[in-house]
Order: sequence, then C-alpha cells, then structure tokens
Amino acid sequence: MIDIFAKHAALRAAYDGLTAVSPRNPFEVVIERPLSATVGLIEGRETLLFGTNNYLGLSQSGHAAEAAIETARTMGVGTTGSRIANGTFGLHRKLEERLASFFGRKHCMVFSTGYQANLGTISALVNKDDVLLLDADSHASIYDGAKLSGAQVIRFRHNDPVDLEKRLARLSDHPGAKLIIAEGIYSMTGNVAPLDKFVEIKKRHGAYLMADEAHSFGVLGENGRGVAELQGCEDGIDFVVGTFSKSLGTVGGYCVTDHDGVDLMRLCSRPYMFTASLPPEIIAATLAALDDMVAHPELRTRLQDNAARLHAGLKAAGLQTGEHVSPVVAVTLETVPQAVGFWNALLENGVYVNLSLPPATPDNRPLLRCSVMAAHSPEEIDQATAVFKQVAEHFRD
Amino acid sequence: MTDSVAGISGMIIEKLLANPKVPRDINGNSKIVEDLAFDSLAVMNFVMEIEDELDVSVPLDKLADIRTINDLAACLHTLKASHA
Repeated sequence: MIDIFAKHAALRAAYDGLTAVSPRNPFEVVIERPLSATVGLIEGRETLLFGTNNYLGLSQSGHAAEAAIETARTMGVGTTGSRIANGTFGLHRKLEERLASFFGRKHCMVFSTGYQANLGTISALVNKDDVLLLDADSHASIYDGAKLSGAQVIRFRHNDPVDLEKRLARLSDHPGAKLIIAEGIYSMTGNVAPLDKFVEIKKRHGAYLMADEAHSFGVLGENGRGVAELQGCEDGIDFVVGTFSKSLGTVGGYCVTDHDGVDLMRLCSRPYMFTASLPPEIIAATLAALDDMVAHPELRTRLQDNAARLHAGLKAAGLQTGEHVSPVVAVTLETVPQAVGFWNALLENGVYVNLSLPPATPDNRPLLRCSVMAAHSPEEIDQATAVFKQVAEHFRD
Repeated sequence: MTDSVAGISGMIIEKLLANPKVPRDINGNSKIVEDLAFDSLAVMNFVMEIEDELDVSVPLDKLADIRTINDLAACLHTLKASHA
C-alpha cells in the first residue's frame, strides 16, 4: 500500500526541524481568550496582540455583539445551506445593498469567507480562453481562484506597472479577456499597490482590473473604501473584492462592481453556489460593525497615527521594515532559526506577532509580521517596540 | 544564442550559476526542484528573470510539466517561436 502522506516528506522534515528548535509550536498558539481588542490571554499571561487583522478593533464592538445576540435570538444561528439551493435571507440582501451603497456601486455579492470571495469571483469571471495577470506577491486565495478558473496565469513583478505593461503588450494578439488582479495593501509586507497606475495601463490595453482590498477596506481612503479611494481611481477598478474578517471583525467576503453581468456569477460561481451562506447573526454583526466604521472616521485617523508610531519605533530599534507606512509592518530577518528564536522571545516577553516563513513570504526570507489597531494605545505600541528592541539586542550579541 | 533550445539552455545555466547557492555541476538534464533545491516560488521567480531575457511570458500552467533545465528551455523556445 502506498503511503498517502509520502508526498509530504519534505514538509514533514521542515516542520519537525522547526518544532525541534522552537520551545512552542508557532502554528498552534492558543489565545485562550481576548481580554480586550489589544490584550489576550496566552499561556496564562496577558499578552499584547500585535498579530491580528483587527485594524479598527471592531471584533470587540459592543454594538456588533448586541446585534448578533438579538439576531440569533430572533432568527437562529445558521442558514443550513447555500443561497442558490436553500434560499436567501432578507439579511443577505440587506448586507449586499448596504455594501453596494457604501462603495457607490450597482452590484454586490457576498460570500461566506474572504477566501471564497476571491475564489468565487475569479473563477466566475475568467475561463481557459482568458488570461489572468497576477501580481507576483498575490495572496494564496488569488492563486487558488486562478487555478480553479482554468485561465492562463501570467505573473508580473510585485507593484511594478512597467512590468505589467510589458506583459500585456506581449498579449496584444491574444483573443481572450484579460483580467489584472492586484491587492490594495499586501498582507505580508504592508506594501501599497499603485492601483492608479494599473488603471491607466488597463485602459491602454483593453483589460479589466480587480482589486482585492481585504487589508485596506476600512483602513485607507477618506471613507475607508481602500487604496482605490485614496488614489482617486475607483472609477477604473472593475471589481473590488474584500473581506469582513479584518476591519469589520467578523467573517465573510464581498465583490462589488458596476458590471451588470455579475448577476450571472450567482449561477456559475461554484464557491458561491456550493457553500452554506453567511449565518444571520454574522450578517447582523457585520452590518453593525459597518455602521460603527462609518460613524467613527476617527478610528482610521488613530490607526494611521498608530501605524506611523509602530513603523518608526521598529525602525528606531534598528530593525529592517518595509518603506510603506501601513497597519501591517513586517520585520524582515535573515534565517528561519533566527526568526523562530526572535518570535519565541517576543511571546515570552508579552508580545504576540505572526511568524511568517518562506515560501509564504517574498524574497524567501522570514518575516515577523506585526499589525497595529486603532485600539492600541501609544503606551502599548511603545511597550511592544521596547520589547522588540530588547530582543533584537539580545540576538545581535 | 537564444534561437535554439540548446542556446536557451546554456543561457539558463549561465544565469543559474550566477547564484552561488546553485551546485556547480548542473547541466541541461539537471532537475530544477530536486537537483537545484528550488521550491515552487523560487522556480516562478527564476522563470521571471529568464522571461525578461527572451521577452516572453510563461503561463503558470506550463511550469507544471517542466522538470529539467532542458524542459524549461524547450518551453521557452516554443513560446518564443509562437510570438515571432
């Protein structure tokens, strides 16, 4: 009998090697419970949370929690099926209308997760006769959506409009539709995409442009509509995809657009058609969190201030960070053992961040990915950067 | 130099040898993943460098069938010929 796990021998060796040198398994950190948006209980210690995507702190919104409780009491806790087979709740429609209005778009489709929003949108928009042009550092959900679509996939260099244009020019005779996909803020590095430049390029080459604003929704732009709003190029983005699991603190994803053809996606997007739809209490919490986000634009101002403070603090501590000041700040290290040691020391000193390892990182180097929230106090940020500095000095010795 | 499979293969080897981590004894039959210890991301990033050299784009699905340096050279040659 062939060992069905034999193909994972290299993964097993890498995993065993990593866990052998780490006092705790980096992939199995348990946050026993959050004490607030910024502090959680880990290994019995109160730990500063700098490794969530809870940018506005709304996972702890009392308003959203009350909405979820009330809705669970009146509507129950689940839908028990997909919308195409088992029906749409009024709340699904309400959330779609609210999001379409928030983005100033004609149409919105919601999905059960952000991952499925990418899978469901990409696989419904293109097929084997079409070409996808993906930023090389795209999230796994974009690559997986591309695979599911069957379209030809061409990568362009990360955030590089010149490289994108060169690759589109090579496709000038290709008869299929061309869809460019970029993210607003990149989840691992915090880099911000030049979406305004991509819009100019897509117009010159007759291509479509989809922006995944998962990490920039609620974060950038005067109204929180993301990088496209910040750069004044929303009209040129054909499809905006995003998630509720970052700034809104719940779960689920969306695609908004002005293209009328999107209605057919409900009949051909398999990740939409064959998944249980969002439960009513999650939709109610999401709507309430969206109200919070709109009512409190100061959260975004505070988030930007906090991002600048964390970025400057880590730079002053002599650590290598990216150039973009955004709520995701990645500290780049040279080797995996160094990163594992550094990450453990941070946790033991009360700071939780994400350990990101190649090949899930650009440049094949490990990252300590930090994310900041509007809810962090300046003192919490200073405490975290002080711990980073202390650990970095220890590793330099 | 780059109008034949052998020429492209030679160019790829030359590029690879510029990386000090790559074994010195590679040839056209060397397997990219096994012999060069490239992971999937490293392969995709390396192919990007070659694409610029030859002014072609390699769709990702084509990479799935490529095992050796010569396989990659043959793929690039076909793509280049079809764009000529």
